[in-house]
Parts: sequence; structure tokens; C-alpha cells
Amino acid sequence: MADPDLAPPGDHPASGDDLPADDEPPADADRFPGACAPDRTRTVDAGGLRLAVNEWGDEGARPILFAHGGFDFSRTFDVFAPLIAAGGWRVVTWDQRGHGDSEHAALYSWEGDLRDAVAVLDTVSSRPMPVLGHSKGGSLILQLAETCPHRVSHVVNIDGLPSSRSWPDVAEHTRTRMLASELTGWLDHRRRAARSLRKPGTIDDLARRRARMNPRLSPEWLRYLVTVGARRDEDGWRWKIDPSLRLGGFGPWRPEWSMWRLPSLGMPVLAILGLVQEDMGWGTLPDDVYPYLPPHARFVPFDEVGHFVHIEAPERVADLVLEFLG
Amino acid sequence: MTEPVALVHNKVRLALHPLRGARDGSGPGSPTRPLLCLHGLGELTSPEPPAAADAWPGPVWGLDLTGHGASTRPSGGGYTAELLMADVDAALAHLGPCTLLGRGLGAYVALLSAGARAELVRGAVLADGPGLAGGGATPASPALAPHLPPGARGDDTAPDPFALLELARDVRPPDYAVTFVRLAVMLSGLDAPIAVAAVVRPPWLAAVADEPGVLVRPAAEALARYAREAGPPASSSMASASASGRPSRNP
Repeated sequence: MADPDLAPPGDHPASGDDLPADDEPPADADRFPGACAPDRTRTVDAGGLRLAVNEWGDEGARPILFAHGGFDFSRTFDVFAPLIAAGGWRVVTWDQRGHGDSEHAALYSWEGDLRDAVAVLDTVSSRPMPVLGHSKGGSLILQLAETCPHRVSHVVNIDGLPSSRSWPDVAEHTRTRMLASELTGWLDHRRRAARSLRKPGTIDDLARRRARMNPRLSPEWLRYLVTVGARRDEDGWRWKIDPSLRLGGFGPWRPEWSMWRLPSLGMPVLAILGLVQEDMGWGTLPDDVYPYLPPHARFVPFDEVGHFVHIEAPERVADLVLEFLG
Repeated sequence: MTEPVALVHNKVRLALHPLRGARDGSGPGSPTRPLLCLHGLGELTSPEPPAAADAWPGPVWGLDLTGHGASTRPSGGGYTAELLMADVDAALAHLGPCTLLGRGLGAYVALLSAGARAELVRGAVLADGPGLAGGGATPASPALAPHLPPGARGDDTAPDPFALLELARDVRPPDYAVTFVRLAVMLSGLDAPIAVAAVVRPPWLAAVADEPGVLVRPAAEALARYAREAGPPASSSMASASASGRPSRNP
């Protein structure tokens, strides 16, 4: 999927219909039913990278670490995290490098994100704690739990189980052609990255563009996300995410290698899957998951819910998670 | 060694070293195609061109990859071979079409570049050197390298410890490597856009050496072949006219 929020170099400030005719936010854009700003914000120095950390709930409560998905940010938990906090937990989450309010890095990789996650964990407790991740964050916590089982007491994975089905089902020569196009696009993007900016616009513009990635989420929620995930520049609002990051991608990593981590986990596991397929998801079906579930895992597919399960059905997911954590 | 050219790759400044004949009117835009040397893992560009390049008729350059030599050592690690491929692309943007000579890690990066920028890489020679194997064909058991405290990364001339660790463990599936050979063969217009000079053949490189369109020759011989095709900077017409002879499958 092309990134609808990236302005080509020289295409800023905004032009055409993306110019904010009136960049005053709609009066109610910064409010959404059930959404709460974090109770505490702080930063963590992760080897010289500044990471933004958000927390909900009593500071003395039992801690749980949340990991957001790719192209999301920790404030996408503004409805879901308060529900877990109300159940007696201290929710700690961070903007992954290049996302939200965290520093834009020169390098991005699973290893880097894993190291950042541990840097955040180190500021909370050295004792094992539950970890919860959505999408890319779900894959990340599988890696965290396999790498540092002594730091993880429970795993909650929300639609973060890539499978071999996540590969496009096409002939090899077609796959090679797709890779050629992806490589050229990515390298061209890297050549421009030092001077690229995200495209500015009004709150409604940014919400409309995000709707292409989040077609099942309400316009009210997407407008709310703009007010917490974008910054307001002189020429309009811009998503804060590093413009050098790009949707899609290539590389040696096979989606199913993340799934292979699942059987290795010895702690309690709750795996949740949204069954309505959408572009930002992995395309994984229950039959792709069953062979890899460890014996003590609980697997809960959600019918009629898409990839953003905790945003579409926050109360149902929160009840399930609280019951699982006990 | 002459002062390097500073290239910008997003937040990284890369040092591109002119090694021979690169500052006497045969730099970018010169009538003879440049040779670009890529060092191995933990190395930096040597002030002297490699012996295999002795007979190269054009200018010789060397690139310090991210985290190495005089290039930036970014905070927090997160290295991938693909990111280093984009380092090479920054050099190709500056120099125009080049032939690549890569050692170890630089050989793997040269292969990726030859597939991804087939119109700009006019032959890639893959030679032995540090970091040739990488992390194998499938993921190893995961390991954590925690963030290092300030000052624990060595002095400014030492390679970034995260580069040493992460680029020694990155997964290099043979079929992934082979895809880049096929892209180079399909899109470069060259009969044999890849040459394997390395004696050691980790699984990815063994698979590459078995592909049609791959020469298996000592580096100097492979470079001599690419030099014969060096002439004026490559264009699509030159690329299509440059194919000659059949690639050898044997050393």
C-alpha cells in the first residue's frame, strides 16, 4: 500500500486541496468517548535514542507492558489502556523509535526495537511482567518473550501472528517483478529521505488519509488520533512518524518465522485474531495458528472484527485480557 | 589518502574515499567507469586499492559503510544489510554506473545492490572477507544485546559494536540471495552481472555460484572482464551491447 501521507520533496508546503483553508481543529476533535490521555509521560534514553513513554493507572499497581503496531503510536491505546488500568494495572507503553513522540532514528530493525523494549522494561521492574502487543508489536513481544523469558510472565498477542499466508500467492517470476518494483521504490525513497516531510493538511485531511489504512475505524476516532499523533506546524498538521519510514517492504525475513516463536513460549499465552481481513493485517487464519499454539495457550478468534481488534472492540478485549491475567 | 567525499544518506554521513585516479579528471562523469570497493564487516576502506584492482582502467573509490570508518555511527543500532545496500545506492547516485568489488559483508551488500540497481551496477565481484556468512539461512535462537552506556562504544575510529553484532547475525536465506542474482540477470543487460571470487561459500553464496549468469573466477580475472566492458559510462544501449561470451560455471 502506498503511503498516502508522504509528500514528495519539493511538494511542501502543501498545495492544492490539502492546504488547510482553516486549520483550527474541529471543536470536538480532541475528545473521543472513553479516551483518556496518559496519567504520566516520561522519556527513556535507549543507548542515546530518546523514547517517549506513556503510562496509565496507579504507579504502584502491577505493571504490564504494551507494544503498538507499525505506523501506530502509543496514544492509539487511549481507549484500551484505561480499561486495563481500571482493572488494577499500571499500563506502560512507549512510542517505538521513529513513531509518535520518540526520536527519529537512523536505523530501524526488529533487533533495535527489541533492545528499546528492554530499555523501557528496565525502567519499570526487573521482575517478570505481562506483555501485550498488537500487530508488529505482537510479533515484537513474541521475540521479547523468547529472548528474555525471565522478564515476561504472560503474553497477550493481538492480531500479531504473521503466517506463510502473509506472502502474496503469486508465481515466482511475478514475485521477482514485485520485488524489483519494491526495491526501486524503496531506494528512490531513501535517496529523498534526508529532505522529505510528511504532507501537511487539516485534521480532516489527515484523518481521511489514515482511513485508507484504517478503513473500519470511525472518522471520529481517526480525527482524534490526528490530535494526539500529529503535530501542528504553521502550514498544517503532520503525522509525527519519521518520513523515512515507508509502508510495505522487503527483506529476508519470512512472516512465518515470527509464528515459529509461539510454540517455544513457556508462559501463559493469550492469542487474539481478528477474522475480517484488511490490508494492514497479516491475512492469518485460525488454521494457520492452531499447529503452533503451545499447550497452555488460549486462542480467541473475533468474528466480524478486523485487524485493530482492541480499537473496534475495546471492552470485549479488555475483559478477556483482565480475566486471562487474573 | 585524499579527503573523502561526504555523502548524505538520510541521517547518516557516508565517507566515499577516492583511492586511485578519482581526482584527476576521472571522477563522476569520467569516460571510464569507476570501480567501487566495499569493505568487510568491522573493516574500513583501505587507503590502497586492493591488488585485484591493479589493472582496473578507471577511477577506484571505496565506501565506508554506516557504522564503519569515517562514516556515522548512529545511536541505538538496528543494522540490516538492506540499509547498507542503500548506502551503496547513495554512492551510485554520486558516481553513476559502477562496477562493485565487495569483501565479506561488502560482497553480500554488492549482490543486493546488483539486483536492486541493475542498471547502475555493471558487474559485482564477490570476494572473501569478514562477515561473509552472516547469520545463516534461518534465524538462530534469539539473543539480546542491551543498549550500551555512553562511552562504551569505543573511540570514533572503531566500528559500531552493534554493526559487528547485528551484521554477523542477519539471516541470509539462499533463495533470497538468488532472487537478487535473477534480478541482476533480468534487468542489467549483462550476460554475467555477478562474479563469485570467494573461496569460502556459505549457503547463500553457494546458491549464488550455482545460478546461470554467475561467473566463478578470481577477482582480478572477473574485473578484467568487466573492465573490457567499462568504456564510456553505461547506458541502456551499452548495457544491451555489452554481453559477450558465455559465463563460466567453474573456477
